Amino acid sequence: MSEVKVETKGSKRKTGLPFIDCDIHNEVPSPDALKPYLSQRWRQYMEMVGTRTYHGFAQHIPYPKGNAGGTRQDAWPPNGGIPGSDLNFMRKQLLDPLNMEIGILNCLYRVAEQLNDEFSAALARAVNDWQMEEWLDKEPRLRASIVIPYENAEFAVEEINRVASHPGFVQVLFLPRTREPLGRRRYWKIYEAAENHGLPIVIHFAGLGGNAITSHGFPSYYIEDHTTMAQAFQSQVISMVCEGVFERFPGLRVALLEGGFAWLPSLMWRLDQQWKRLHAEVPFLKRKPSEYIREHMRVTTQPMEEPPKLEYLLQVIEWLGSNEMLMFSTDYPHWDYDSPELAFPAKFPIELKKKIFYDNARAFYRFK
Amino acid sequence: MEKDLAVKTRTGVIDCDVHHAVPSMAALYPYLSERWRDYVKEHNIKSLEPNYYPRGNPLSARPGSEPSPGALPGSDLGLLQRQVLEPWSVQYAILHCLYGVQMIHNEDLAAQLAQAVNDWQVAEWLEKDSRLRASIVVPSQNPLRAAEEIHRVGKHPGFVQVLLLVRSEKPYGKRYYWPIYEAAEQYGLTVGIHAGGVTGYPIMPVGWPSHYIEDYVSHAQAFQSQLISLVSEGVFVKFPRLRVVMMESGFTWVPSLMWRFDKNWKGLRREIPWVDRLPSEVMRDHIRFTLQPLDEPPKPEILLKVIEQMGSDEMLLFSSDYPHWHYDEREEALPAGLPVDLERKILFENARAVYRF
Repeated sequence: MSEVKVETKGSKRKTGLPFIDCDIHNEVPSPDALKPYLSQRWRQYMEMVGTRTYHGFAQHIPYPKGNAGGTRQDAWPPNGGIPGSDLNFMRKQLLDPLNMEIGILNCLYRVAEQLNDEFSAALARAVNDWQMEEWLDKEPRLRASIVIPYENAEFAVEEINRVASHPGFVQVLFLPRTREPLGRRRYWKIYEAAENHGLPIVIHFAGLGGNAITSHGFPSYYIEDHTTMAQAFQSQVISMVCEGVFERFPGLRVALLEGGFAWLPSLMWRLDQQWKRLHAEVPFLKRKPSEYIREHMRVTTQPMEEPPKLEYLLQVIEWLGSNEMLMFSTDYPHWDYDSPELAFPAKFPIELKKKIFYDNARAFYRFK
Repeated sequence: MEKDLAVKTRTGVIDCDVHHAVPSMAALYPYLSERWRDYVKEHNIKSLEPNYYPRGNPLSARPGSEPSPGALPGSDLGLLQRQVLEPWSVQYAILHCLYGVQMIHNEDLAAQLAQAVNDWQVAEWLEKDSRLRASIVVPSQNPLRAAEEIHRVGKHPGFVQVLLLVRSEKPYGKRYYWPIYEAAEQYGLTVGIHAGGVTGYPIMPVGWPSHYIEDYVSHAQAFQSQLISLVSEGVFVKFPRLRVVMMESGFTWVPSLMWRFDKNWKGLRREIPWVDRLPSEVMRDHIRFTLQPLDEPPKPEILLKVIEQMGSDEMLLFSSDYPHWHYDEREEALPAGLPVDLERKILFENARAVYRF
């Protein structure tokens, strides 16, 4: 991806840098909010059966978060709704004060985890229609992810084709805890559709997969589930690269959202090292694994790893072998929100910060 | 020339990850009771060789490490002496027997086979070469029986460690496994966690990958989550003298995990109040890593910076990982450009401290 010149605009923020937020969460206020977008058949299903995913709780979740909803405590809107559900409050708390140029919504409503594929597809349609009507058509600074029933590629492709022409949709959303690793053939039709529409796919942090979060079962605590999520992201990188997804879909772009990035150089070295010894097993890979990663993958910054010294952070970024891979994100309204003013140490090089705040995302999303 | 000099001063190298192999099930017959010998024969169990290192795979065996055509690398003491102990002037080599004992569903059989493997290790290896040390193979399917096995052989001076495999039925921090740590601590044994293990859960938290290369690379993530579990559950609070060595795990991922874990601990420590200091500090005090396979960065100086980022020069232990083939020339087993002090620590000082040699 080529470099883009930045035109610095005035800003109320101290840094004065223009700024794209690659990860904001708009929340469906309640299942009722989706009902106007569901057919009678699926409204009825929702009332009769409702959500059934990989765990057995009706209300609770297997790893209770550190605080209510896992959100910032000041993010509860005055209208009594849940954080991220009120556009006006989001404008007041996030878009306006940060003078945000573009913010990209990732709606984490549990769609693809539904055990019933057809219900999953119906929910995806409903969530996307709700996103268009309640968010994209009301606020020009916002863009959004297409939510898809990714465990059924046929339905997922239908949904991408249905809404991809809406200019507000800029990417296709996966959660990292898939039923199979994302390199496997069952997902390839989805990549084909995304590539055809020029849309990147993104993988965003989320708990509650069907597979255990570790190779040895379920840990006890939320801190483990949360810390270990970085390993789920690493698995998806390994799978997509080693299965040859980027040979088959040379135009595919992938961003990893909220998975951390300090582990990526180490993973590149490990993959390259083992590829040297084992490349005969994967002869369709024409280049070193790290080259596919650098060319096709991007990562968002939040939650920023915070080494004890700034120099370590800069070393890790240097070891990525590209200063175009990082894109800034706040993760509003979640508890581990990164502020654009505080997430980077004061001495962080300004040129690099410009790339992370703006240029890299603009190039990745091909924003004009 | 400088390199030669460094090699000459290397006396007392400690190789912390060497694999010997049970040549065939018949080799264990002398160490099984009649009942279990009959069982193994009746059920036609010929081998518990795991598939972690497929025979035809270049990673599995260095060229020349087969004692004879078709024989398992690591199954012949003489060849292992010539290929590992002599070239490196090894003072101690720590053997890890990767035999599928931990994958058997019948825990009675697993317990018997663990005993047999350990008795075989004593008779065929430890008593034949005083440079050898070994890990106790335990039936980790049942931690109480694993502890019994540690009590049975833990006093033998040749055993320095308890062997666990990184893929397990539950995360190793869980209370379920604590009898193993209690016994290990009692005998001053380290707990060594090695690549491999049970396969009930996919190696990836996102399901089963297609290829061996994915499986092998993914072991690093398995080690990371075991480490998170051990620290979060408070294993090192309960067993303050316990040391865990991660073997064939890679280590260049350690700084990134420390940073993520520390940051999450700051936000979420109320959930695990017994962890009363930064996870990275606990890791530096209690966790060690063997050197090979080195997930080698493109430039040697990067590796030095990674070690600096780990915040300790005491965490790495030299290993050849013989007979697995990670590097070509003997000299390449050690990263290039290490300062002499660090090289000494990696070659033997760190291992002496952790294994109390």
